[in-house]
Formats: sequence, structure tokens, C-alpha cells
Amino acid sequence: MATRKLMKGNVAICHGAVAARCDAFFGYPITPQNEIPEYMSSMMPESGGVFIQAESEVSAINMVYGAACAGKRAMTSSSSPGISLKQEGLSYIAACELPCVVVNVQRGGPGLGNTLPGQADYFQTVKGGGHGDYRLITLAPWSVQECYEFVPLAFDLADKYRNPAMILMDAIVGQMIEPLVLHGKFEMHDYPKTWATNGARGRAHNVINSLWIDPTVMEELNLRMQAKYLEVQRHEVRAHDYRVEDADIVLIAYGSPARICKTVVDLARDEGMRVGMLRPVTLFPFPTQAAADLASNGKRFLVVEMSHGQMVEDVRLAVNGISEVAFYGRTGGAVPTPTEILNVVRAEFGKPPVVTHYPRPSEAPEKEAHE
Amino acid sequence: MQKVFERPKSLTDAEFAYCAGCMHSVIHRMIAETMDELDIIHNTVGICPVGCAVFMYEYMACDMIEAAHGRAPAVATGVKRVLPDRVVFSYQGDGDLASIGTAEIIHAAARGENITVIFINNTTYGMTGGQMAPTTLLGQTATTCPSGRNAVTNGYPIRVCEMLATLDGPCYLERVCPTSPAGLVKTKKAIRKAFEKQIEGKGFSLVEVLSNCPTQWRMTPIESLKWIDDRVCQVFPPGVFVDK
Repeated sequence: MATRKLMKGNVAICHGAVAARCDAFFGYPITPQNEIPEYMSSMMPESGGVFIQAESEVSAINMVYGAACAGKRAMTSSSSPGISLKQEGLSYIAACELPCVVVNVQRGGPGLGNTLPGQADYFQTVKGGGHGDYRLITLAPWSVQECYEFVPLAFDLADKYRNPAMILMDAIVGQMIEPLVLHGKFEMHDYPKTWATNGARGRAHNVINSLWIDPTVMEELNLRMQAKYLEVQRHEVRAHDYRVEDADIVLIAYGSPARICKTVVDLARDEGMRVGMLRPVTLFPFPTQAAADLASNGKRFLVVEMSHGQMVEDVRLAVNGISEVAFYGRTGGAVPTPTEILNVVRAEFGKPPVVTHYPRPSEAPEKEAHE
Repeated sequence: MQKVFERPKSLTDAEFAYCAGCMHSVIHRMIAETMDELDIIHNTVGICPVGCAVFMYEYMACDMIEAAHGRAPAVATGVKRVLPDRVVFSYQGDGDLASIGTAEIIHAAARGENITVIFINNTTYGMTGGQMAPTTLLGQTATTCPSGRNAVTNGYPIRVCEMLATLDGPCYLERVCPTSPAGLVKTKKAIRKAFEKQIEGKGFSLVEVLSNCPTQWRMTPIESLKWIDDRVCQVFPPGVFVDK
């Protein structure tokens, strides 16, 4: 039965994992994702699954690799610096065509950064952060409800395409508390896992491996992976739009900046500016066609990210010069306010800024330059 | 006529590609014989390392997984925890286990993971060309310490069994020296015992095999065995460190 609860995004991830019949979770502490391993440490055993607090993120992703090899639904979560440590494992998992789910509750960076929200792991996530040509199917929730619902979706897509899936969040989405409905209604498929290394009972022995010395064999694997990614791009694109029909400018944002941009759309509309929003839900596959269609309808774009401009590159590729693509970003844990973004929108419409609540570093009085 | 010696069923038909005199193939065979004797070939998942034994999956007839360098104990943990009734072993060299994979091996042992680790210590990185290993002896030359391992600049060799014996997790730790017929018998017994401990559910078991590398040691196979007896055993004394 569906129940309505007030919950953190990180905790909703755990409920989504249980709903997805996740068999094993391997975690390691790092803020701002700690609720996930903490809740999973009791929720997994209660639902008959496995929980291990690994000795490192490196080990956690390799435990995921082992459990996925065994044919089970396996998952891990971390935040930016920890996700960097998982890249080696992700490359192996992608190369071995194994399904698994990884959650990244992004924080400010680079380096140790801080525990505040960030979106600067976009390149790492959607362009293949580890070595080699591979992609992660990437889902970007913007609400606690979506945190819950995207875990079963991520597992299903991972199983369907035999590819790791990433749920790319930020500290706001992970830490914010809002109501959600735990409905338990998910369409999940049981894709046969004849490839699993779970003991060669009544069959020839299986090998899971990403070492192929013969370049023709290795290239064949790469071609098969690329064909798979093309299928993902054809069939799995997900995006939401908001008031785009008559818009002159379309804001493009994902995760918590999309929540802020939705407010900006309404504020701008109140002032008579025709503004809409496109929110990519899948970052890989990117909603290229949706952006291209809007561009051919004469709309301009303003991409808003908590980075110095990463997703904007995919928008510019999609638009391919047909239309102008402006960018506004805050980084290092700074979150753009609706007023800030509204002022950028106003400038696009040739209007002066309204009050600025948060001075930008560029607006601070400049120090004299030294030779 | 009675057949007294045959190829273990747990080995595939693939020919070993190891160098002449290298003991990897002998130890592979012992693991295969153990799987045959315990009748666990259809219930076993092996994890191979990065190093010369990276192709082990070509030789073993059980399910096999190729792990990233040093990560085999974590991969084995993932398999064993979701399939606790399967027999799970990893096969790792000294660079893999005692250098890049120290965190993984120590914590798998500390958790008392019910897995078996066959640790091949030949004091060198054989596959990559004979670089200094965490177990390279003081004074031993390697391509990254050409004038011999010097404690001041290169530190000291790591004794894995002694180190893991300080933990409560392992149920069986033994170092063996297969340089003589008696040593070979002892090695086989230790490998079988380690698998049996896992089947009994006793926890983490590891057998350290003092192995050779005639190619990188620039020795004949016979010389390499003598060098293990004379030099390696002085630093890494064979023996049982934990048995419970």
C-alpha cells in the first residue's frame, strides 16, 4: 500500500533500493551521502540483502563488481572525491558489461572541496570518468520522489543494457526533506543472467573478463558497447519541460538548479518575459533532440549549472550553432539564487538587474594589479 | 592397466603459457586437483589477479573473474557475500596482494571473509619485467633497484603471513616452500586445507607459496629453487601462523 512520508533524498534512495530488490550494498562514509550507508546497514539485512561498510570506495566498487558478477543486484553510493576513487572499478564493470547502480551525491570541488552542493562531476559522469570508451546511463533526480523512483529505474536500465547506471544528485537533492509517496509500483524486468559467474552448475564455465589481448576482439567489444550506447540514446532519453511553448528563452538545468530555475521561470513570467525550462532527466543519454527542436523553433537558451559550464557543452552540441546558448554557473558549493538567475534572464531581455542579494566575486572591488 | 596420473578435470585443455621452470603452473594444478578431490568445480568461483597469472581464467574449468590489480579480495567478498554456499578463492601475486592491494587483503582478513587466498610470493613483478616488489629481499636486484634493494631508500620486505596473523579474522595462515618433493606435498596439503576451512565456514584462509621467477631472477629453474631455499626462506620462514 502506498504511504506518504516526509523524507530526505538520501533516505528515499534506500527505499528505492529495497523496492528494486537490491541484493547487496557496499558503502563507505563521505558527506553528504552518509544517510545512504547508514540506513542501508539496517534496511538491507531486514530485506534479506547484504550490507558491508568497505575499507575504501575502491573496495566498495570492487565488491559491487563481485556481486554483479555473481548475477545479483548490487549498488554503492558516494560523493565526488569518493566517486573519483571508483572510476577504475566503473571502467572494469562497463567493460565486463555488468549491471549495477552507483549514486553520486555531488559536493563542491575540485579536490577535497566541501560538503556543499555541486554539479562539477558532470564530465566525469557522462563522458566516462575512468579509462576507455564507455558510458554510464545517468539519471538526475530533482526531488525526493524521484530519488525513490530512479533507483528501480536505474537497476532496470542497468540490467536491460548490461551497463552500470549512475544516479547523479547534488547535496541539496540528497539532504532536502520533502514529502514523497512510497508506492512500490515499479515495472522491473528479470533479464536472464546466463553470463553470471555463480558456479558452473549444469553449464560450461563462465569467465568475466575485460582483458582481450587480440585487438580485433578488443575492438569488437568496443563496437558492441558503442552499438549499445546508440540503443540507449534511441530509447531511453528522458526530459521534462515547463512553459516552453511560447518561450523566447529556455533555461536548461538539472537537479536542484532546475528547482531554482522553475522559480525563475515563474518570476520572469510575472514580469512579462516569456521564459521556459527544459530539465534533462537522463544526462546520458542527453535530450539532444529536445534541445535541437527548441532551437529550430527559434528559442534561445540559458544553461544554469553548479559548475563552470559542463552540461552547457552538450547543449551547444545539440543546438549546433542554430541558436544562442548563454551560461550561468556557481561553483565550489555556492548555490545560485533565483534573483541572480533572474538578473541574467533580464539582461537577455535587455532589462537592468533587480536587487542582487549575493555579490559575485567579480563584483567585489578589484585589487590593484601587480606587475 | 591402472591409470595413476591424469590431468585434473578442473583444468581446461589450454596449455600453460608460463615460462620454463615457473611454478605458477604447478600451483594451478594443485588448486585444480583440490577442486577435483573436494568435488567443488561446479560450485567454485575463482578470482584471478593482474600479473603473470592474469590468464588463469584460461586454465581453470570453474567460473572465473578477472579482477583489477590488487582488488581480488574485494571482488571475492562481493561474490561470497551474495552466494555464501559457493567456494570462492583468489589467486594473487606479491605486487597484487602486498603492494597495490594491501588494504583489500588486510580488511578481507580482518572481516574474516570466508574465502581462500592463494598468495604467490616470488619477490618480483614478473609480468612487467622484474621491478622491485614489496617482498623483494634486501640486496636483491630488480629493474627499479638495479644495485639491490636498499632499506634506506626502498624500505623493507613485507611479511604478509606474520602481519595477517596479528588479526583475529583469519582461521588459517600458512607459508609453504614447494622447492622439494616434500615441500610440494606440503604445499598441496596446505591448499587443500585452506579450501576445506572455507567449506567448513571457518573464515579467512591464506596460503603463501614461496615461488620462483627464473626469467626475472636471471637463473636456471634449478638455481631459482636453490635461491628460495638459501635466501628467500631466511626472510620468509615457512610455517603455520594461524590454524583454528
